[in-house]
Amino acid sequence: MSAVMVDVHSVHKSFGPLEVLRGVDLKVRSGEVTVILGPSGSGKSTLLRTINHLEKVNRGWISIDGELIGYRRSGDKLHELKEKEVLKQRTGIGFVFQNFNLFPHLTVLENLIEAPVSALRRPRKEAEETARRLLDRVGLADKSGAYPRQLSGGQQQRVAIARALALEPKVLLFDEPTSALDPELVGEVLDVIKDLAGTGTTMIVVTHEIGFAREVADTVVFMDGGVVVEQGPPSAVLDNPQQERTRAFLSKVL
Amino acid sequence: MSSDTIARPTAKPVEDPAELRVVPARHYARWAAGIAVIVLVAQFTHGLATNPVWEWNVFRDYVFSETIVQAVWVTLQLTAYATVLGFLLGTVLAFMRLSRSPVLSTVAWTYIWIFRSIPMIVQLVFWFNLSALYEELGVGIPFGPVFWAVDSNTLIGTIGAAIIGLTLHQAAYAAEIVRGGVLSVDHGQLEAAAALGIPRLRQIRRIVLPQAMRAILPTAGNEIIGLLKGTSVVYVMSIGELFYQVQVIYGRNGRVIPLLLVATVWYVVLTSLLSLAQYYVERHYARGTDRTPPPTPLQRVRRFMTKETP
Repeated sequence: MSAVMVDVHSVHKSFGPLEVLRGVDLKVRSGEVTVILGPSGSGKSTLLRTINHLEKVNRGWISIDGELIGYRRSGDKLHELKEKEVLKQRTGIGFVFQNFNLFPHLTVLENLIEAPVSALRRPRKEAEETARRLLDRVGLADKSGAYPRQLSGGQQQRVAIARALALEPKVLLFDEPTSALDPELVGEVLDVIKDLAGTGTTMIVVTHEIGFAREVADTVVFMDGGVVVEQGPPSAVLDNPQQERTRAFLSKVL
Repeated sequence: MSSDTIARPTAKPVEDPAELRVVPARHYARWAAGIAVIVLVAQFTHGLATNPVWEWNVFRDYVFSETIVQAVWVTLQLTAYATVLGFLLGTVLAFMRLSRSPVLSTVAWTYIWIFRSIPMIVQLVFWFNLSALYEELGVGIPFGPVFWAVDSNTLIGTIGAAIIGLTLHQAAYAAEIVRGGVLSVDHGQLEAAAALGIPRLRQIRRIVLPQAMRAILPTAGNEIIGLLKGTSVVYVMSIGELFYQVQVIYGRNGRVIPLLLVATVWYVVLTSLLSLAQYYVERHYARGTDRTPPPTPLQRVRRFMTKETP
């Protein structure tokens, strides 16, 4: 079995009085695809956002490739890292948003090279070559000079995936990548993600696409009420769920 | 079908709905109002051109005279310095107000509160009398010994005092304009930049400010034009800008109206140039917002002349 890439250890998170995560444990092995399912408000997006420290945790810790995220440990204390150090850690974690969040005033190519050039100090030429290769990989080689608003939703999300890949991250996080898309555009984005899964990229995908989970996931995690209710291979969780809450959820979405 | 049928549709009803002709409604009142307004405008223009009080020959003598052109140059310099320095300081203040540090945001808030409360002319006279406030300006340890000092009137002359006054006044307004622009940028943009690990300053310069410019520019354009005309109040400091020089000249020769006309025409010309520049700057920052950018006025004229269809 391969090494643990993402280790989420008893993570708690509250927004004011609202407890969104109530002790989540999750291990993702290198090269594996983990799909997180669950009803709205179950805390799955918040969990994903704590992994790259867009949300700070109240208790517990998260490590990626053995490195604590957002904190430095000395003895029994966790010291909060400076923003600069957190930003550096994030270059190793790709994040794809539900609403794409492409930079609308930059061309597709500029969107892709911005972080490699400014955060990793890559030479511009080298970054552009990588960017073109990635655009080719997501099937948008001819769109490098276009502005995001000139593209369809599906194309924009494929650019966003390429933008995340441009940093060569250790792990890719997807936050409902197809929820903002018209139904006929969902397939082209899922195809790109499936393609990435085939190349051994470590991924955590929050989604409502059960079919995609069945086809691509190594592990399916079902969350509800801020905890992991059930996890295992798709055949177990989707076809033979042990928990009543999982069964109730699946009966509604399938 | 023959043309007769179309001309008298009631006589013989047309079968095909595509053959029905649309008759536009006639707006008689609109026509009448239009004619009345044209007559009024013509009367006014005629008066303007023929009324001897305007003394167009005096206007002609002075409009490009050396004194006036030099005064226009001073006006432009005052505007340029106060705009650039005011918006630089304003941007710093805007980010201080948005900062999570309570000290920085309170200081910025207080600055904006004070400088928006003081009429510009009062502030200018204050700066003009700076030496009464601080005889010497020096560098040293805060609350401790001073290593180097200079007489405040030698350090900043009258023009310097005017630029400082205009800049400080402008910065308070610019701060709020820039802050408004920054707040108008979608929060997801900052999240995406943070998720990509883009350094903080670069996020502001490359991601936030260019998008904020869309909201900043129309109001900033107003402010700069206001400032250009606002420089006329520095006449109280006897600086040779446009309005002051015009007053000096008509004080000497008594030709008040034509000389005010000289100032008016120059202000209108300069303002028009600024408006034109604003149009093109706005267009630059609008890139990426439309699928196909609208043509420039020049392109529109060219298209109209050559009867090209867009």
